[in-house]
Amino acid sequence: MQPKPLGAFTATALLLAACGNASQPASPTGVGLSGSITVFAASSLTAAFTTIGTDFQKAHPGTMIHFAFAGSSTLVAQVQQGAIGDVFASADESNIQKLVNAGLTAGSPSIFARNKLQIVVQAGNPKHVTGLADLSRSGLVVVLCAPAVPCGRYAGQALQKANVIVTPASEEADVKSVVTKVVLGEADAGIVYVTDVKAAGAQVQGVDIPDPLNVIADYPIVVLKDSQNVALAKAFIGYIHANGPRTLARYGFLPP
Amino acid sequence: MASSRPRLRGLSAPPLFILLAGVGAAFFVLPLAGLLVRTPWGSAWQLLTSTEAITALRLSLLASLSATAIAIVFGVPLAWIFARLAFPGRNILRALTVLPMVLPPVVGGVALLAAFGRRGLLGGWLEQAVGIHLPFTTAGAILAETFVAMPFLVITVEAGLRGMDLRFEDAARTLGARRWTVLWRVTLPLVRPSLVAGAVLCWARALGEFGATITFAGNFPGRTQTMPLAVYLALETNPEAAIVLSLVLLAVSLVVLIGLHDRWLGAS
Repeated sequence: MQPKPLGAFTATALLLAACGNASQPASPTGVGLSGSITVFAASSLTAAFTTIGTDFQKAHPGTMIHFAFAGSSTLVAQVQQGAIGDVFASADESNIQKLVNAGLTAGSPSIFARNKLQIVVQAGNPKHVTGLADLSRSGLVVVLCAPAVPCGRYAGQALQKANVIVTPASEEADVKSVVTKVVLGEADAGIVYVTDVKAAGAQVQGVDIPDPLNVIADYPIVVLKDSQNVALAKAFIGYIHANGPRTLARYGFLPP
Repeated sequence: MASSRPRLRGLSAPPLFILLAGVGAAFFVLPLAGLLVRTPWGSAWQLLTSTEAITALRLSLLASLSATAIAIVFGVPLAWIFARLAFPGRNILRALTVLPMVLPPVVGGVALLAAFGRRGLLGGWLEQAVGIHLPFTTAGAILAETFVAMPFLVITVEAGLRGMDLRFEDAARTLGARRWTVLWRVTLPLVRPSLVAGAVLCWARALGEFGATITFAGNFPGRTQTMPLAVYLALETNPEAAIVLSLVLLAVSLVVLIGLHDRWLGAS
């Protein structure tokens, strides 16, 4: 599939990478890539990255992409405590900035996708939630992410813009837990990412938050300093930038 | 009794055995030492007396003590039935009641939602007819802790009842004591060491409960955010606070376990 000149370009790119030029973009294709990498990724990326990982492995036989999905802040804590991995993809810039500040990254993060917020309600919207203002209604059980988690901070920003004060029933540790509470019927509404509503399928539906009130989340990705397979890590990030947007869009992400 | 216990015989054990025991002990001591080394002693007091820490500590004490009380009320009769009554399905029932000991607590939380959640087997009725809503409430946190911790009380008390000399009960009964009197004046005093041990184990487990609580009761400061939940969330924003909070949990548990050991062995 790849024309020959590209292979030569790759060789040059790899050579440049080997020379320690960290700002060089990752190789667009991975001739001679092998081994495995571990990618720490925000839990909102679970479905999209799993698909992209499978595609990448198909495109580059002999490689293995392992994923560890969790809340971005949990992952940052894990890396700070010495968890070994190669690539870090966060749901916000402040968490990845903690790693950059701590000198745990190689090169600077690049934005590969964007996401925005949506109100998640049960299928059929039995409580007739039409917007953020409805979330302050008494008797409505609302669940948010904890303020420490990106989705919690974004939800707080959106509510502030809308001038709505919400007393959540619970502040969950990650975005998937918010969706779960709505899926199980324990909560009437929650504020999550558009992509989470899409991933949850038919059991829930999303209520749009108008753009002026919404918060756009930038998703940055970076190679970790302790990576044991920098070539593969860079190739994977290159692949995400080149081929990721189409797959990511299928899961509801916006292009960077 | 105490004098007949074997004492100081360890030195006759093979050196390899002692070495293995040493590695085993180090496995438990090292993580603790690691925490102690990382503790920011300078700011420890300030972190401990922060509103969040005090709120979580108070809620943890309330919830774990309530869970223990509930476990005693329902767990002692259950232990008695397992120890004294032969009925079909007893082993299955016992296995079911101690299942939370091996069940991943998060699964326990999901199971509790399936029973007591709004769409649960009993939860819908509880909310409609009685007006009790358990998820996201302190009562829910207590329920989750009871679910996970009560088995520790049940098996400890059951073991005590099984090890008891039945002749005391027989003697009381031949002397005309009624069943409640036998239970209150003979049986329960005789199994008191097991009861105390079981209650303390149950309390310690309830104090450390995390998975079932966050799944069933959610996480909200002052309402369902117990110490372990506060530690988990603080780990992401303020690791130093998380370590100090963990130390409090560790210190409390350690004091209890040391005290329990002496009491348990000393009273038998």
